[in-house]
Amino acid sequence: MKRIMLLLALIVVAGCQSDQQAVAQSEEAAAPAPDDGIPRTAAGQPDLSGIWQSLSDANWDLEPHAARQGATEDLGTIGAVPPGLGVIDGDAIPYLPEALAQRDQNFANRRTDDPEAKCFNPGIPRANYMPQPFQIIQTPSEIFVAYQYRLASRTIFLDEHVDIPVDSWMGWSNARWEGDTLVVEVTNQNGETWLDRAGNYGSANMRVIERFTPMGANHIQYEATIEDPTVYERPWTISMPLYRRIEPNMQLLEFKCVVFAEELMYGHLSRDAAETEGGAE
Amino acid sequence: MKGSTILSIAMVAGLVAVGAHVHAQSDGTDIPRTASGRPDFQGHWSSATVTPFTRPRNLGDKEFFTEEEFAEYEAGRLVENETQPNTAGDAHYVLSDFGLHNSQNTRAATLRTSIITYPSDGQLPPTTPEADAIAAERRAYDQEHAYDSASNRPMTERCIMWGHNGAPMLPAGDNSNNQIVQSDDHFVFIQEMMQEPRIVPLTGLDPLTPAIQQWYGSSRGEWDGDTLVIETSNFTGLTNRNITPSGKVTERFSMIDYGTILYQFTVDDPNTWTDTWSGEYTLTRVEGPMFEYACHEGNYGLANILSGIRAEEAAGER
Repeated sequence: MKRIMLLLALIVVAGCQSDQQAVAQSEEAAAPAPDDGIPRTAAGQPDLSGIWQSLSDANWDLEPHAARQGATEDLGTIGAVPPGLGVIDGDAIPYLPEALAQRDQNFANRRTDDPEAKCFNPGIPRANYMPQPFQIIQTPSEIFVAYQYRLASRTIFLDEHVDIPVDSWMGWSNARWEGDTLVVEVTNQNGETWLDRAGNYGSANMRVIERFTPMGANHIQYEATIEDPTVYERPWTISMPLYRRIEPNMQLLEFKCVVFAEELMYGHLSRDAAETEGGAE
Repeated sequence: MKGSTILSIAMVAGLVAVGAHVHAQSDGTDIPRTASGRPDFQGHWSSATVTPFTRPRNLGDKEFFTEEEFAEYEAGRLVENETQPNTAGDAHYVLSDFGLHNSQNTRAATLRTSIITYPSDGQLPPTTPEADAIAAERRAYDQEHAYDSASNRPMTERCIMWGHNGAPMLPAGDNSNNQIVQSDDHFVFIQEMMQEPRIVPLTGLDPLTPAIQQWYGSSRGEWDGDTLVIETSNFTGLTNRNITPSGKVTERFSMIDYGTILYQFTVDDPNTWTDTWSGEYTLTRVEGPMFEYACHEGNYGLANILSGIRAEEAAGER
């Protein structure tokens, strides 16, 4: 009996220790178990290097959406929009009324106005959930991100935060580590990019706070909080997992898309178009 | 790009010191190194130079200028062309107004008379009959169709490739800045114009299948002592460089000192040239960061050129 009591006591004590450890861990997210599978640098920070891709339908539409006809019927089902549960907090992006009208106009004109259709730089956060992989190359002082789409890229500055003189398509990324989470502040985007193929957008006043949290060897939980008081009623957040592309010979290939956009952008200025127009008169 | 202005007087003074032992390999003790002991190339580098790609014909096999000759040559190269009134070039686009003139760049210190080092005459080797035939076909087509549509215009006008892009990386006329990103198993090279990253794995990745050709080719790297060696293949044959899918470019990056990388390259493409050709120049460290170069997004020129031609055709002027 004494042995049983002793055993129970040990189990209770062990349980308390286990609970205490759990509390300690939840309070100190920066110290995950050493066997969490997360690759780490010599300095102990997560090493996010690798080739990653979102499998969400976010690039079609950040908001929850049923399947629908695409921007053009010419492609049949190939051009149709797959359904998606959405990646935002809530069911709708909290647009101000005038901005919502602009979004709806964007949607109506998406076949020709979506910057992706024109092979333009995607901006942040959209670059991270394009339906193509991207590669993170992490160094002690900066993290470089190369996107297969358009061969877009950005440098995320860790050591020396600098201000940017003027706005740009991909904005400016300064970052810090919060425990195991890389927190990136993206500013100075030029307001010309969209957030998806559904016309969701922000202005040049948009500020994006990204959070990259590794969830093991092959997953990163990606979150981005989007602030823009000229477009939204309040900040809002998207979140989705990023998956490591684990194929042994995985590598980024070229998606140099200018050649695919030229007919859309300049076709009306071609000799053929002029002759067709002339013949119709 | 901050810190990219150096007075030419200072450069010439520097040449006196550097010219005598230019290309001398470092003994490896005075160069920055990564935690794993490799030379640390990460940073921003200027490839600006007044050294011509091919040697002026009158110099024959003369490989180096004397310092006096170079000073005279450089002064001539750094004269800024004035725009001429009432000419097509009268757009008042004075490069120095924008900090883009070569006289405002940090330039390589070398007395070389050409970037090309082989063949020894500093010229590209003769092209093959097959390459000549393709070039002639292109020229004939362009004579008739150069302004038909966007896809008929030159690659630079369309913001696809500049002549200095990719392997081998060559100096540009302006914006000759480069960013190098380096981890233990990858390099990335970003030339300011077009600012598209060329990713070089050092992971022993298999060569890319010849079924895929790319504008920048496909690069693989490895260390040869302290020298980074990159081989690039899988070219398209469609760029101004004319390196075909059978061609190969080998590049070697060696750090001379904290501020200088010796960059050497060899192009081997028997489809286009009857011999290999090689070249070298030095990259000079400059202060970053580099600003975005979104060529295609701001390409008003292409639409204006096409609409101008269509207007001329409509007016019966062409």
